[in-house]
Amino acid sequence: MDLITTPNLDAPDDFYEALIEAHQGLSSDQSHAFNARLVLVLANHIGSTAVLRQAFEAAAASR
Amino acid sequence: MQGLASHDAASLDYQSLRFDYKRHPDQDAATPAHHPVVVVGAGPVGLALAIDLAQRQVPVVLLDNDCTLSTGSRAICFAKRTLEVFDRLGCAGRMVDKGVSWNVGRVFFGDEQVYSFDLLPEAGHERPAFINLQQYYVEGYLAERAAELPLIDLRWSNKVVGIEQGADQALLTIETPEGEYRLAAGHVAACDGSRSSLRQLLGLEAKGRVFRDRFLIADVNMDADLPTERRFWFDPPFHPKQSVLLHKQADNMWRVDFQLGWDADPVEERKHENIVPRVRALLDSIGHRGARFDIGWASVYTFACQRMERFRHGRVLFAGDSAHGVSPFGARGANSGVQDADNLAWKLAAVLRGEAPDALLDSYASEREYAADENIRNSTRATDFITPKSEVSRLFRDAVLELSKRHAFARALVNSGRLSVPSTLRESTLNTPDVDAFEGPMVPGAAAADAPLAGADGRAGWLLRELSPPAGAATRFTALVFGDGAEAERSLAALARADVALHIVRVPPGSTGELAARRYDARSGTVYLLRPDQHVCARWRAPTPEAVRAARDRALAKG
Repeated sequence: MDLITTPNLDAPDDFYEALIEAHQGLSSDQSHAFNARLVLVLANHIGSTAVLRQAFEAAAASR
Repeated sequence: MQGLASHDAASLDYQSLRFDYKRHPDQDAATPAHHPVVVVGAGPVGLALAIDLAQRQVPVVLLDNDCTLSTGSRAICFAKRTLEVFDRLGCAGRMVDKGVSWNVGRVFFGDEQVYSFDLLPEAGHERPAFINLQQYYVEGYLAERAAELPLIDLRWSNKVVGIEQGADQALLTIETPEGEYRLAAGHVAACDGSRSSLRQLLGLEAKGRVFRDRFLIADVNMDADLPTERRFWFDPPFHPKQSVLLHKQADNMWRVDFQLGWDADPVEERKHENIVPRVRALLDSIGHRGARFDIGWASVYTFACQRMERFRHGRVLFAGDSAHGVSPFGARGANSGVQDADNLAWKLAAVLRGEAPDALLDSYASEREYAADENIRNSTRATDFITPKSEVSRLFRDAVLELSKRHAFARALVNSGRLSVPSTLRESTLNTPDVDAFEGPMVPGAAAADAPLAGADGRAGWLLRELSPPAGAATRFTALVFGDGAEAERSLAALARADVALHIVRVPPGSTGELAARRYDARSGTVYLLRPDQHVCARWRAPTPEAVRAARDRALAKG
């Protein structure tokens, strides 16, 4: 399976709002910790190391 | 050594033993005496190698620069595979009896348990997943076994200070309390530890990563009634922001290991008055307030994960810590060193007897370099988790620990050391690739798995005990033949016609061999060909004589 890079979110604007909302009231350190936990939770959901490596590449390309 | 063998072992204080230097006639020889094999270093690796060679009828000179066994407990976790090797060498029983057997490990974050593991979740193995035993006992028992073997010439206080390699021998210069002498060696095994003098004398290096962290390690005698488990804490309340490891050894002795950070002062931290409050805080915290204890050997250490680029340099073969170094988390130091010795002994014996070409020794290097990479990879990963190298590494580490309190998936990521298992030598050129379909882990290159098996006398026993033929002057591989009936008879006939010296072990059908058959995915007629170090080198559902001969030759690096 390949990493999905075409639109796949069922409600993009809702997701984005919820993501920002989840960080409300967190200090910068707390936000970083939240993001780290979020990455781990999502990585487990994806499961495939091959797909995750593609995700690392996709994330790195926009640096 | 005669004196050592006759001691009452129960009352022997192995830490305080001193071995006498004795002048050897070689020191007065007009020209350097020649010996087929000289092993340098009488630690666990050098002793294991010397015993294995002697059992294979190869005479060995074993040199040690010192006159004592290990000072302090040092390596304490001896893995199942190491015990199986020591069984072959005739001394595992004492170690298991003296040591502390354990299978369960617990990992805590703060004061909460986040993870536990059972290293041996299945029955049907003679040896436990691990025993904890102070290194001086292991060395002492090996030294006593060595003393029983007349082919081992163990010379204490003999320090190698020079080496010159020629085309067919190496010339060693050896320093003793009575001055220097020289020895000629057909092959030299450098088992002389992480600061190997032979490595330095040859101008070679071990390269890798050095970790900027310090750890305090101490032997603590106490009577606290704690369960026999490995306990590992991340950021416990009694030692905030750092890790702590607690482990039981023989004689009511405990190993404690406190992470201190890079800025700690190694001289101050080693002082007993500074260790006592740390141990007191630990015991108070786990419900043993007021327990009495005293501190024995202690050390502050740093470590590196590194290895030599090549383990063979001409006639010199590096084994154990001289060749590779790992962090202690994972117990992959002494255990992998003993596996080096296990790999090297039969190959040296076969080459010395002219049964195999010199290329077989190259396979020692390539197989054990592969194993070292695996050990270093596992050790580095554990160390990166325990000692995060950057802010973001620590961020993810803490995130894993936090999630592990509530989510099972995160517990698989908690890494306090992935404990030593034998390397499966998948890429070895000595393996014959499968032509038949098999399931399970017993692939060519794997160390044979144990299982219950009735012995030749019909009594309950163990498969691995049957695999090694009695010591002899010729190399014999073992053929493991499963089942009975026409299929088994046909396989046995093929083995007979292969016309190679084989030690044949039959695994009968029915309940006695059921677990073995399952572990090896075997049917009636299935044959596994095992090297003298019990690693699988080939397997078939129904072998032909030609295939058996070719596989044996391949595993001896012929052609």
